[in-house]
Amino acid sequence: MFGQDKSIKSFTSQLAKVYGFYTGGFLTVVILLAIAEQMGLSRAWIGYIFLILTVALYAGIGIMSRTNDADEYYVAGRRVPAVFNGMATGADWMSAASFIGMAGTLYLTGYSGLAFIMGWTGGYCLVALFLAPYLRKFGAFTIPDFLGARYGGHAPRFVGIVIAILCSFTYVVAQIYGVGLITTRLSGVDFTLGIFVGLGGILVCSFLGGMRAVTWTQVAQYIILIIAYMTPVVWLSVKQTGIPLPQIVYGFQLQKVSELEVKLNADPKELEVRGIFKQRADDAKAKLADLPKAMTEGKAKLEADLAAARAANDAAATKKAEDGLAKFPKDETAAKAAWAKEAALAARAAPIAAHGEAFAAKDEAARNIAKKNFLALILCLMVGTAALPHILMRYYTTPSVRAARASVTWSLFFIFLLYFTAPALAVLVKYVVYHDVVGTAFSALPAWVANWQAVDPSLLSLSDINGDGIVQRAEIAIGGDIVVLATPEIAGLPYVISGLVAAGGLAAALSTADGLLLTIANALSHDLYYKMIDPNAPVGRRVMLSKTLLLVVAVLAALVAAQKPADILFLVSAAFSLAAAGFFPALTLGIFWKRATGIAATLGMAAGVAITFYYMATTQPWLREMFFGIPRAVPADLWWDINPISAGIFGIPLGFIVIIAVSMVTKAPSVEIQHLVEDVRYPNLKRA
Amino acid sequence: MQLTQKHQEYWNRNLKITAILLGLWFVVTFVVAWFARELSFSFFGWPFSFYMGAQGALIVYVWIIWYYARYMNNLDNEYGVEEGEE
Repeated sequence: MFGQDKSIKSFTSQLAKVYGFYTGGFLTVVILLAIAEQMGLSRAWIGYIFLILTVALYAGIGIMSRTNDADEYYVAGRRVPAVFNGMATGADWMSAASFIGMAGTLYLTGYSGLAFIMGWTGGYCLVALFLAPYLRKFGAFTIPDFLGARYGGHAPRFVGIVIAILCSFTYVVAQIYGVGLITTRLSGVDFTLGIFVGLGGILVCSFLGGMRAVTWTQVAQYIILIIAYMTPVVWLSVKQTGIPLPQIVYGFQLQKVSELEVKLNADPKELEVRGIFKQRADDAKAKLADLPKAMTEGKAKLEADLAAARAANDAAATKKAEDGLAKFPKDETAAKAAWAKEAALAARAAPIAAHGEAFAAKDEAARNIAKKNFLALILCLMVGTAALPHILMRYYTTPSVRAARASVTWSLFFIFLLYFTAPALAVLVKYVVYHDVVGTAFSALPAWVANWQAVDPSLLSLSDINGDGIVQRAEIAIGGDIVVLATPEIAGLPYVISGLVAAGGLAAALSTADGLLLTIANALSHDLYYKMIDPNAPVGRRVMLSKTLLLVVAVLAALVAAQKPADILFLVSAAFSLAAAGFFPALTLGIFWKRATGIAATLGMAAGVAITFYYMATTQPWLREMFFGIPRAVPADLWWDINPISAGIFGIPLGFIVIIAVSMVTKAPSVEIQHLVEDVRYPNLKRA
Repeated sequence: MQLTQKHQEYWNRNLKITAILLGLWFVVTFVVAWFARELSFSFFGWPFSFYMGAQGALIVYVWIIWYYARYMNNLDNEYGVEEGEE
């Protein structure tokens, strides 16, 4: 007993040493690269070196941790110390969306974006209070394992497998898409090639060593991603405030941003630009209202202009009219698309919404809808966090119930470090844009503005709408992703830090993809094949099957991601709502209510997922078009104004109601199952 | 094969602390967000509700989980249901 305790302690300190050296080594490489950059190493090479180095590193850890043992493969031998499991969960949890997208969302939406910050952290309270210690005590390999044992029979397990695959697959497609984007940005290779390079890194790791390799790689990935996230923000904070603790001081920057917002909203030049946008949007709307008439009249007018200009022998006017004719939409479909784009400029005609104001909207009714959706989204994200199998699975890997509890604390702590920095980053970047960019002459823009405009106009584009040669706030169109990606340049750091940030984003996407792929492969090989089809299958065959499936699922997900599915952010949120409605009621009631029966759980899970999916499919424009062929422009028939992103808000209560109601009218679970529930509730139950 | 009264008491105390911490979680998340517009007085530069969403609630979440782990570990020892080894 004591010996084992001691060995765990020495294992932990040995790990601390290994990762300490690793962190030191990584920082040394970054510094060496920075020196090499000063000596003339090109940006492309810095990108390649970061890409090759980090992917090789993850693959190396995978090769070192290769295993065919079931316990090692599925749950890393159940000896991952709490701190390291916390870091691994942090990396598993934080996806490309957290790393790159979140600060951008906060920049664009201000207070509303905080729903993601609270939702994706507060969910861990539910994990800690309702699930992690009990699942660890149960001590299986997967989440369907628990459902199968607790509720008995194949039906609950099978529904569990379907839900686990459904939500993990939608999520993994989004991650692999992110991997492709970042690899392309880091090294300039083609998007599809980028996906497969990243995929190689994922596969070598999880294919060879399963959960064991994934865990140790994720720890390494966490270290890279947190260094990459913090470095530029801290530097930017020093530049703006002189204090290297952005999280503490950005309140004052927010105050300054709010003052600038008020000033800019009243600025006559801003009003002029917004007026131009409004005019253009109104014109386009009028044209859209009667398309054929607008087509003929528009063309006739340009032709008349051209004729007049030619008659007057005015070269400039002739050129203008010719260009106008060349650009004029060829047919009605083209015209509709072009004018719909113009009509969307209405959004840019709106005044700046205050960053710190909650539920900013035009009237009380609109504010109430915003509030309702804000709360609903938080709830869905929180409950979804406490129901995603790739996260819950991680708590099977700790040595004890005690360690599982501690491990949730560490998980949230490591996640917290990034999440409480993201809102600071958004405010600091907003200050730069409002203070340094707005008001400068177009001829004297900072270098990073020109660079990013050239790289990708969807991320940043400035155009002199009112022709005064000065940048107005309304003339800047900004895409959220730039906030994280461009911070190193905004802060005036060398390119090597930009490479570091991209490597951090890659680590975030790869680590999440690793965990998700493993979840899917295990659900198929362990739960479906071993537990339901062939209970006599030898360990070797099960692990081999899991590895093969991993390969198949990974390639399948990559193929879907290569199609660039329309709405990535929606896919991610859908995974949360589906997991929340499917798993949370059945898991918690399974632990806290002995009377919950198998039939009830099966029906409850199915009902929760079904209504969530139904609501999404009938209200989300993209899905609605796919399933029912309803054009996107048709307004959706919402229930109580709840947005499709929070569809889980209907599924979660329905799941609870169905399980409770059906349990009451079905036969109580057997004594063995009731004993199982009791066992799960006590870390060590010595019965009287 | 029956649970003793002590076991029952352990479970009840567990439920009680879970309920209390869940209540705290609910207040810092949903009650504060519900009254977000009313609670926008300045707090070290931030509007208070913005601060709560961006940092305050997160700190409380970490505390809740840390406190629960500590409380339950002590409770395990008190009621003799702790694990033999780590």
